[in-house]
Amino acid sequence: MQEADISFLEDSFKKYYFNHFDLIKVPERTSEREFGYQKFNSGMTRHISLKDDKELHLLLMQNVPSDVYCSNAYYTFPNLPMNEKDWKEADLIFDIDAKDLNLPCRENHTVSICNDCNDVSKNLTRCLKCNSAKLEKKSLPCKNCIDASKIEVEKLSEVLINDLAIDEENIQVYFSGNEGFHVYVYGSQFQEIGSRERSELTDYISLRGAIPETFGMRKLKQDRASFPDFDENGWRGRFSKHVFGSKSKRSKIITELIANGYSSFQKTLDDASENIGVKIDPNVTMDIHRIFRLPGSINSKSGLTKIRCDDLIKFDPYVEASFLSDDTVEVFANSPIEFKLKSKKFGPYLGEKVTVPTFAAAYMICKKLARIA
Amino acid sequence: MLALGQDEIAKYPFLADAGQYLKDQGFSLEQFGTDPDLRDLIRKAYDRILVAADGKIYKSDLDGDHVSKEAALPREVFSFLLAIVLLKLSGMHTLIKRFALAEARRAEKYLERDLANISDESKNQLAIRVIDDLFSVQVEKSGDYFVIPISDYLKHSINFHEREWKLINRHVENGQVFLSPHETVRLIRKELGTYINSKIINARTPTMIPGFEDSVNKLVLLSKKFVTYTATTGEYPPCIKHAIEILEKGENLPHSGRFMLASFLLSKGQTVQQVAPLFKNAPDYNERVTLYQLNHLAGTSGSGTQYSCPSCEKLKTQSLCFATSECDNIINPLQFGRKKK
Repeated sequence: MQEADISFLEDSFKKYYFNHFDLIKVPERTSEREFGYQKFNSGMTRHISLKDDKELHLLLMQNVPSDVYCSNAYYTFPNLPMNEKDWKEADLIFDIDAKDLNLPCRENHTVSICNDCNDVSKNLTRCLKCNSAKLEKKSLPCKNCIDASKIEVEKLSEVLINDLAIDEENIQVYFSGNEGFHVYVYGSQFQEIGSRERSELTDYISLRGAIPETFGMRKLKQDRASFPDFDENGWRGRFSKHVFGSKSKRSKIITELIANGYSSFQKTLDDASENIGVKIDPNVTMDIHRIFRLPGSINSKSGLTKIRCDDLIKFDPYVEASFLSDDTVEVFANSPIEFKLKSKKFGPYLGEKVTVPTFAAAYMICKKLARIA
Repeated sequence: MLALGQDEIAKYPFLADAGQYLKDQGFSLEQFGTDPDLRDLIRKAYDRILVAADGKIYKSDLDGDHVSKEAALPREVFSFLLAIVLLKLSGMHTLIKRFALAEARRAEKYLERDLANISDESKNQLAIRVIDDLFSVQVEKSGDYFVIPISDYLKHSINFHEREWKLINRHVENGQVFLSPHETVRLIRKELGTYINSKIINARTPTMIPGFEDSVNKLVLLSKKFVTYTATTGEYPPCIKHAIEILEKGENLPHSGRFMLASFLLSKGQTVQQVAPLFKNAPDYNERVTLYQLNHLAGTSGSGTQYSCPSCEKLKTQSLCFATSECDNIINPLQFGRKKK
């Protein structure tokens, strides 16, 4: 990113941080957390400990970071090197990202930027100009992606509450600042479990690694009664609703499943996993030393803010998470796809000089689709 | 510590304080080496180790829940304690491991029977308490099942590689996992073995006791039988091949895939300088960052910990596993192509 773009983003971010201290709060048990931040075109600075909101605001004003992070873990000494921190426990965290949902709409709102010649195009396999395969993909706002991600959040909450006995009040949902959601679970029985245990938990939540026997199918000597009932709890219940469709079809479909055999049932399970399993990023949940984007901070992939979603269904990130100013700025834009922010349409821009509000300019610059003119 | 009755100590002898037990019974170790009436117990202890070394479970004099003769009870405990003394004197760790495992499986049988015992509530409670005291697993009875918190379940189940132990293949409800008595006990088998093993390892090694030499020498000879040799084919496992292919094509390999590849090659003895060029083709290649991260993995910078290659299970979760029949049920890519001779 060039100097002018960086200083424009830094100015805009700083203004946001200065005007919205109310949105940027340190999490509970602050002094046990590790903080970290990144600046544009620079590496990560981490192992920072902070006492309170004031110290955080000072850090933001002094460093004007591109991204700010905070650990889900609690340590005795958060500012020491990793193996001396003395890990105590960690909140459960989940990342749901539209990019991982394999939605058919993706290619309509994704552009690629060639790493070799910087050409921007809608072709996602090779650069049309220099034929390079080193493409960086950038996705633009899409309502469908957000809606699909919301459904995953709902599915996740259902498993957390019903199967894992998590109190609904201890679940907090945030828009990630780009195209997904971050979910936090506080004070559960899972606070102290390690990474391998969390990995198992992610497999459970994603319905991954299930064997046919769990859902009633056997290799030999079938028993119709061992297939799940329609009203059962947990994955057996969700599976039966997905596969049987209705109570009345249960018997007929069990006959079909048995007739199709064991290995075909495994395929049915894989299909169920794809359809009803919750699509969370396993790497995030099993990481017990992660520094995770701080609520209230700006995501430099988009210029949007990571904010809490009180009413998930109504939530529109492209309206509610855009906090940068309306002051206009002139940019050289190359965004072949139209997008909507704060209910205004922008683009498509085909390598042209345009005057747009700061929030839209920042969005495009963060996506590498524009530069300050 | 639990207060135990005689027949509980016979079933779970590792719960007893060995020195105290001998004292309470009015014996010293030396007596077993010299007293002709007691010497037979050394043979019994030796047999107990022999059976364990063979991978079998020692068939005790305890008959079901009760003992045929009152006298058999202390003999049962003595043979266990003397076996430990013999193992300590021999210093053979392979034998200690095998013995601990066999003894764990023996105790497992009793624990399971006690858990399933509906007629005697006290037996039931004892088993539940043993499991809670020793392994911090809170077991509660619920109808025919035993329920434990998911978090407790996971701490133990992650040691199993069979798919039926995955949480997804368990009856989970309301934050708890439902298990049969057999499964409850099976869940802690490894820890039971580890517990017995560490009790033996941590026990004081006595100086050689007259009358014990013969058995100890025989044990040293016996342990030589268990040394194994392994050879490797040198070929990379499919997950590693796949990762290299992706990079060669200039496509994006996720961070977890890069971690797997680098930690694998470093564990195989390659240097950071040898591994680094592999990543040159990555769309976001940055030499400085690559070297920093590789040095971190190799333990030459940062915390100094050398990171090991993730297990097959973890790679499956991360969609990085491309297992073939050649993988042959290994649990870590590093084991690929290793053949026991």
